[in-house]
Amino acid sequence: MIRSITQQKPMEEIEHLLEGMDRIFVIGCGTCTTLTRTGGVEQVAEMSEKLSSKGKVITGTTVVPVACDNLTSDILSEFGPRMNQADALLVMSCAFGVQTIASQLCQMVVPAQNTMFIGKENAAGRFSEICTQCGTCVIGETGGICPVTACHKGLVNGPCGGTNNGKCEIDDNKDCAWTMIYNRLKELDRLDIMRTYKKPRNQLGEPKPGSFQLPPD
Amino acid sequence: MPSAFKKALDSKKFVVTSEVAPSKGTNLEKMVHHIELLKDKVDAMNVTDHQSSVMRFPSLGGALLVKEHGGEPILQMTCRDRNRLALQADLMLASSRGINNVLCLTGDSVMLGDHREAKAVFDLDSSQLLEAVRTLERGKDMSGNELDGDVNFCAGAIVTPEANPIEPQLIKFEKKIEAGAEFIQTQAVYDMDNFKEFMDYASRFDVKILAGIILLTSAGMARFMNKNVAGVMVPQALIDEMASAPKGGALKKGIEIAGRMIAQIKEEGICDGVHIMAIGKEEVVPDIMAAAGLV
Repeated sequence: MIRSITQQKPMEEIEHLLEGMDRIFVIGCGTCTTLTRTGGVEQVAEMSEKLSSKGKVITGTTVVPVACDNLTSDILSEFGPRMNQADALLVMSCAFGVQTIASQLCQMVVPAQNTMFIGKENAAGRFSEICTQCGTCVIGETGGICPVTACHKGLVNGPCGGTNNGKCEIDDNKDCAWTMIYNRLKELDRLDIMRTYKKPRNQLGEPKPGSFQLPPD
Repeated sequence: MPSAFKKALDSKKFVVTSEVAPSKGTNLEKMVHHIELLKDKVDAMNVTDHQSSVMRFPSLGGALLVKEHGGEPILQMTCRDRNRLALQADLMLASSRGINNVLCLTGDSVMLGDHREAKAVFDLDSSQLLEAVRTLERGKDMSGNELDGDVNFCAGAIVTPEANPIEPQLIKFEKKIEAGAEFIQTQAVYDMDNFKEFMDYASRFDVKILAGIILLTSAGMARFMNKNVAGVMVPQALIDEMASAPKGGALKKGIEIAGRMIAQIKEEGICDGVHIMAIGKEEVVPDIMAAAGLV
């Protein structure tokens, strides 16, 4: 299942974003940020305590089931009075949830998280970015491993010179995508695909901002 | 018209190239000093392109400086900072000003340098940049539009003979040749037996190989490279030899080792020449060449 992977912003940044706003309503999310322990019940309670100790008034807290769902505003409506008393809503979901809430309620919203990537849980508690939704999928030629995402430089013709013992030049904890692709294609006896020169990519498969309208039936 | 460097490559002589490191700032005195010192001794000078992703005077500006002072520049171009529009434009500018050698590199991660929050580009990779050079030479841009005036380059690339695993590197090496590389500079080589093994493979291709020689300045530097530089492996015997140098004599020892390796490569005809990287110590390149018996 794909998950939105978040990391809490430094407290100083959150305090800066909340400057001049004394009454805060804190919203967590029961889906991705609960899984990553950045915006579940416990973290919402911790954050409320921290903000109280800094002199903020917490008008209320809740953890909605799925912050990015369009029904979130209905769920939040039961907190209407408490939210209305607040100068800002501090949202401890990913940016999808923050923007969903911002679009539904006419209130100042402040994100407590940085949304790092849309990832997949490979092992317990370990998440990896495997697709960046580029709009021009190349994995039919790489044994099903995406170099646009898994290679730090997004290279499509093989490794750079920085690869070392199967790891990336920026971080020993990150695998070199092209070592993985090489191993996979070798296993499949299809290194011929890796040997084929790939033309420069279309970098604008779906120009930002992505938009799609389902055709009428 | 082929460049002077291209002629040297084709002459079957033992080719020697070195590097000029652009300055941090607009004071070009040191660069000019190095250019003047080396221009008549080496066949060409590489001008690095924000090496290790550290912002410096541009390689194109440095290559123009080499040209102005009567040297033969090899313009290093990475894909890190420029998209295909900017790369093609700079190739046209270089060619129009008599800079007719280019080394096509992917480029280091921005995260290794001194502007770690910059947006990295990598619109193209090294093999695609080589292909772009060849396309411009045919009088077209990468979108197939006609050019009013084409370009002319002796184009090269790099390879890391000591990479682990090696086969993915070799696949890329072959793609670079297929895309138009006429010469290949290697990452630093220290183990001649390993390098000869690489040359047994590489000599099958129609491409000139220049062995990368990085001057060792201390045993600590050798150990640092082994730990931190991808694809560089200084054998323990050389580290010990550096460590055996008397106090204050490490540089002299490094020059002796570099000279000895170059002499061996030349005498045994292992490859077509050498690319000397005396990182930060360009003024001793003539001493290295003397130690190698080249001057």
